[in-house]
Amino acid sequence: MSAVLADMPETAAPATTKAIAPSKGGRPWTFYVLATLFGLYVIALYGPMFCIYILSFQDIRGGLVFPMKGHSLHWFVDLFTQVRTGDVKGSFDRSIKLAVIVTIITVLVSFLAGLGFRKRFRGDTFVFYMMIGSLVAPGLVLGLGTGLLFQALGLNASWYTSALGAQLSWTLPFGVLVMFAVMSRFDHVWEEAAYDLGASRWQSIRLVMIPVLAPGLVAVALFGFTLSYDEFARSLQTAGSLNTLPLEIWSMTLNVTSPSLYALGTVTTIVSFIVIGASLGSIVLIQKKRGSQAKG
Amino acid sequence: MKNDRGDIELAGVCKSFDGITNVVDGVNLRIADGAYCCFIGPSGCGKTTILRMIAGHEDPTAGEIIIGGQNVVGLAPVQRRTAMMFQSYALFPHLTVRENIAFALRVRGQSKTDRLRAADAMIEKVRLTQFADRLPAQLSGGQQQRVALARAAITEPRVLLLDEPLSALDEQLRVQMRQELRRMQQELGITFIHVTHTQLEAIALADLVVVMEQGKIKQAGAARDVYAHPHDRYVAEFMGGQNVLSGRVEKVNGASFTLAQVAPDGIEVPLQARPTVSVGDKVDIAVRRDDVALVRPGRDLPPGYTNSLPSRVLAIEYQGYFVKVMLDTVPDDEFVAYVPEKTFFADPFTVGDVVMATWATGSALPLA
Repeated sequence: MSAVLADMPETAAPATTKAIAPSKGGRPWTFYVLATLFGLYVIALYGPMFCIYILSFQDIRGGLVFPMKGHSLHWFVDLFTQVRTGDVKGSFDRSIKLAVIVTIITVLVSFLAGLGFRKRFRGDTFVFYMMIGSLVAPGLVLGLGTGLLFQALGLNASWYTSALGAQLSWTLPFGVLVMFAVMSRFDHVWEEAAYDLGASRWQSIRLVMIPVLAPGLVAVALFGFTLSYDEFARSLQTAGSLNTLPLEIWSMTLNVTSPSLYALGTVTTIVSFIVIGASLGSIVLIQKKRGSQAKG
Repeated sequence: MKNDRGDIELAGVCKSFDGITNVVDGVNLRIADGAYCCFIGPSGCGKTTILRMIAGHEDPTAGEIIIGGQNVVGLAPVQRRTAMMFQSYALFPHLTVRENIAFALRVRGQSKTDRLRAADAMIEKVRLTQFADRLPAQLSGGQQQRVALARAAITEPRVLLLDEPLSALDEQLRVQMRQELRRMQQELGITFIHVTHTQLEAIALADLVVVMEQGKIKQAGAARDVYAHPHDRYVAEFMGGQNVLSGRVEKVNGASFTLAQVAPDGIEVPLQARPTVSVGDKVDIAVRRDDVALVRPGRDLPPGYTNSLPSRVLAIEYQGYFVKVMLDTVPDDEFVAYVPEKTFFADPFTVGDVVMATWATGSALPLA
């Protein structure tokens, strides 16, 4: 969960500024120094992105740098209509589909790995380090290797085969690590109690484990989705002839010199926030549902 | 055929987790149908392992577990018709009280209306009706315990197994829930097996107290038997309330013997249940702390009190209805007298006073 929150520091920022506002006596001077530092950090983090969002709303005279020239949605229209800007719609579709597939596989495998690692088994540390190893491997090299392997085997590289595999090498270890953190808060005596009350293995997973772990599983899903959606290095050599969205943006930076590039940045950010919002919303909904049941 | 008998027999039950040491080492025991049985011992003595083996969460390495005349080793808890109440209650955090209690019926495929009706009846029995829609996290420790009890009892088990059920509660609640457990046991009329490390809890509740040490049963019997007639030094010290002295037999005189001790004339001990001793044997004896009277030197002993040991008062603790007086009577062991409050304050001692610790001859108990 902490990882989810780290993705959204803007929710934390207002709280901090609010805390400063009623400057009642008693706060040490270090508080103001650190608060200023934090403010600068937030500006440094989001400033460049906001520049892009703002510049994407220029009119037809717009350029790549400030000052703003007019206000319009021209470049958003341009993005989806002009052929010269590239296959934005197609690559966006592919990226979303790929991210969904990656998410499903990541959640499934991470959950099963979480189940598997509840008890120690022969070679468990070896398996664990093998998994971490793929996190440490440089993405570009890994992608290059995957591309070469597909070539050597005479297979066509494409976004739903080689790129999928290369992305999973990145999302699975992350998902499993998050799952471990989630599982560490699952008390195994609940499973024992379920068994004692006559639940089968499957009933115990379906009626106890999955509902208890649901918020954690949503967090794993969010991880899988966002890691896949903006994955570049591993996809570069493995996506084949059809680009995913990050690859498309990258190629656009090489030949598109209009604010439609910025419009694309704005659109993808909105998509990211929708996904994050939906995930957090579903976690809140799960908790609310439990709360309302409880009030009854 | 439905067999409702909840009598249990453990025959040569052993359990080893590593194949080298036995955590439970050849336990034989009979527990009557409908009895309240407490296993007591220090942590690591194997009591919880025995409970888990009876419950079906652990398989014995050797031996048989017979419930209602049927060997249940290898059967699932549901087939054994046992139910367990876990130490931390293990209530499902995402389910309400009602859903928690109905869980066992749900996994048996009972319809929602049927199972919720049964759960509500059980909720009433444990007096939680107004909390039926709460989550476990919104309940107090005592309420959680009642939910756990109701959840275990709803399947009408013939044996209910309780793993340190009161350890998570604070002192006052513990006494209250202790009575509630006893009430539920009588209401349900089934066998309860309760694991604890608190002596008071065991003797307050149990029909059968089983004292364990290192995987073996040291003594099993009625609460009064185990407390008042400990079998050996371990049981006497573990159950508490006893002073244990040891010495060599100096003289055997018919139904009693004399133990050489710090007392000039030795200590006279009746043989009681012990078959025989011979001169020179090393023998442990127990004297209940509340049987010890303290007399100032030079005063007469009460009639029937023949043994008296000169002692110095080491410490005094006021306990309310009695006063705990610690003495240096025996060199290496603790020696304590529980003096009734009124007696003590009629002529109070202070630390450093010399007193004679004395008791009626008949109240000394030779140990195995």
